[in-house]
Amino acid sequence: MIEIENLNVWFGENHVLKDVSFDVPLNGSFGLVGESGSGKSTVLRTITGLVDDWEGRITIADKNLGPKRDIAFYRDVQMVFQDPFGSLHPRHTIDRILSEPVDVHKLGNSDARVIEALKQVGLDNSFRFRYPHQLSGGQRQRVAIARALILKPKILLLDEPTSALDVSIQAEVLNLLSALRRDLGLTYIMVSHDLAVVAHMCDDIAIMNLGRIVERATARQLADGHLDHPYSQQLFRAAAGYDRAIIDSFVDWD
Amino acid sequence: MTQTTSRLFKPGLRPWLTSDTPQSRFQARCGRAWMGWLKLAENRLAMVGLGIVLSLVLVTLLAPVLAPYDPLAADLTKRIQSPNAQHWFGTDQLGRDILSRVIYGAQYTLMVVALVVITAAPVGLLVGTIAGFFGGWVDSVLMRITDIFLAFPKLILALAFVAALGPGLENAILAIALTAWPPYARIARAETLTVRKSDYIYAARLQGVSNTGLILGHITPMCLSSLVVRVTLDMAGMILIAAGLGFLGLGAQPPMPEWGAMVSEGRQFLLEQWWVSTVPGIAIFIVSLGFNLLGDGLRDVLDPRGGD
Amino acid sequence: MTQDLILSVRNLHVGFNTAKGAIEAVRGVSFDLGRERLGIVGESGSGKSQTGRAILGLTAANGHIRADRLQFHDTDLRNLSPRDWRKVRGARISMIMQDPKYSLNPVMTVGDQIIEAYREHFKVNNREAKRRAIEMLESVKIRDPELVFKSYPHEVSGGMGQRVMIAMMLIPEPELIIADEPTSALDVTVQLQVMAILDDLVRERGMALIFISHDLHLVSSFCDRVLVMYQGRVVEEIAASNLDQAQHPYTRGLLNCLPKMDGNHADLPVLARDAAWETQDLT
Repeated sequence: MIEIENLNVWFGENHVLKDVSFDVPLNGSFGLVGESGSGKSTVLRTITGLVDDWEGRITIADKNLGPKRDIAFYRDVQMVFQDPFGSLHPRHTIDRILSEPVDVHKLGNSDARVIEALKQVGLDNSFRFRYPHQLSGGQRQRVAIARALILKPKILLLDEPTSALDVSIQAEVLNLLSALRRDLGLTYIMVSHDLAVVAHMCDDIAIMNLGRIVERATARQLADGHLDHPYSQQLFRAAAGYDRAIIDSFVDWD
Repeated sequence: MTQTTSRLFKPGLRPWLTSDTPQSRFQARCGRAWMGWLKLAENRLAMVGLGIVLSLVLVTLLAPVLAPYDPLAADLTKRIQSPNAQHWFGTDQLGRDILSRVIYGAQYTLMVVALVVITAAPVGLLVGTIAGFFGGWVDSVLMRITDIFLAFPKLILALAFVAALGPGLENAILAIALTAWPPYARIARAETLTVRKSDYIYAARLQGVSNTGLILGHITPMCLSSLVVRVTLDMAGMILIAAGLGFLGLGAQPPMPEWGAMVSEGRQFLLEQWWVSTVPGIAIFIVSLGFNLLGDGLRDVLDPRGGD
Repeated sequence: MTQDLILSVRNLHVGFNTAKGAIEAVRGVSFDLGRERLGIVGESGSGKSQTGRAILGLTAANGHIRADRLQFHDTDLRNLSPRDWRKVRGARISMIMQDPKYSLNPVMTVGDQIIEAYREHFKVNNREAKRRAIEMLESVKIRDPELVFKSYPHEVSGGMGQRVMIAMMLIPEPELIIADEPTSALDVTVQLQVMAILDDLVRERGMALIFISHDLHLVSSFCDRVLVMYQGRVVEEIAASNLDQAQHPYTRGLLNCLPKMDGNHADLPVLARDAAWETQDLT
């Protein structure tokens, strides 16, 4: 469904993605893990056309992507952002946020579509005409997911979708995302700094550091701690919590 | 203030307005406006300002009813009378009733303000958002033009335009509008720069919203509040420039009862017959003050960094 | 556990008057603290940060504090005058905030800020203060302390900035440190390194530490004892090593809903909130 080959990205002089390659099958869920500056979010931004200076091959549903994305691209690929407080327009009602994509793509019947999308993410109709500031963080992230779903895309790109949420809300949102993938046959790429979240959500995982994929692993391998690269081993140990003895073995990777 | 305003509504309206679960777009918008109004109503000075501005509008609309005399009817037998029972604010050098002239003058002031706002604010908003949104050479070109306008003192520039276009109230309005838009463009650009990198703009772009859609539907609403505040605060200045042009004989032409022109006409009698200039001067002062107070109050309510 | 009592809090209430009415952020929190590391854990809105701020008298202007007892050694922290607060804050109780970007002065070099913090409480000359500041930067494991000393806050990374904050807060040798999410803006390995530095210093100097965080897992691996807060109240107090035996359904729910690295993609258990947690008596 998604194939990425030798993707290189530059921000000015900075070479931020170096030979990134991976592919995701239909209805698959691919995880990108890394710390800040690893380039994991840049992969998503490049796919969605928010980055200009890139080289390599990106294929979505057997179509090669050029430098510009056409409007049809956004029918297939949608994204959920990290910060539910920043990704919803503060002066638009939920109704406006959800009906805008329907109008832009001239799908018609926006009332029914908005109600359906809200239902899909477990929000009832009373949320429809509220402003984002009248919602909690978890509810906002549900709205953001509804907005991504309303165009009935095939691919959802998830950029740290739960890292700004409390853990109890995180569990609800992760369950919702799993259910949606199952029910709607979606394909996911999920970016996170949290190994456990990615291990829970994804079958296939890539660990990134300084713009490179340093290791690939399956969820099973990750669960057993079968990691070869010292960077991913360190990340794995860090995810286990605070242990004074282990921390002294940490190496700086920059 | 809050009590008096809420008494105007039927009791069922308040829960409808303050509902956390509005049932329609209209209700959501009304609820939001209502919260803003409550906040504004808390501010006494802003309410005084609003009162003055509303009075200006009322006086304009009701001028024929309110004014005791014809503002243009000269009666040389009654020239330069001091304030008395027949002429509360006295008469001018041609024996015209000053009260009536001040009342009729309100419409010119309101016209200046309204026309300048209708022309200058949208131009500034459009120039600023386009410059900020696209950046690069578009930004450079638009902002250098803005800088050129900003480099001149407003009154001097307005004077130059009027001198070129010829004296008259319409040309004065045009001249003020031409000098008023650059600060709005600056504000709109600054606001645009802060929001254009935000996730909700990216998100809208990923929905396939076009650049025009982004500027008009997503960026402009974020600039509006700072702009409304700035425009309200500027209105006092516009009134003063209009009055200044009138005073210099480049704005409204006699016998039009424009306040600035009236001050100008009275200046030759200022020492002995003070009221001829002072009464329209006070009118200018009060209306400017009203707009300033209202603007300050609106800033507290609309400032995007103040809450929600 | 508590050889000598440093801080004693009884029935602490923190309330705020807002446009939308009065809000009680903290509702009757009580705990005692000795020379130990105490974790306060809760989700957003649990009142954990407001508890920490109330101890330091940093509650916002529209808030008010009420407590039966708020005793720091021999000092009653209720109703201290601003003058008295200056003798306590910084000197005897310090606070490390979440984001060093906002707590460091952007127009002063790191070194000058540390010196200022030191000379606020110790009467020493400039050279001596500088020597101490460099020493302190070394003790938070900054590799080139001279360079960092001369840098401005925006020139150092997030992890480095938080080390500088720790150096600055520890240099007056306070007895109690309140760390409010000191590492949640950092990457996980950097986070652990910073915590290790804090841990070592607190241990060496025999300070008490209150570590406020949303991360139950992290706190329990770091602290001696954990208070779990929910809706302004402490619902459970437990020794960190016994966390897996937590009794309260909220604590258990929080632990269960964390995703685990076990290769299992089944749905996570969701926390079912019970209104009774907000009111029930806990003994």
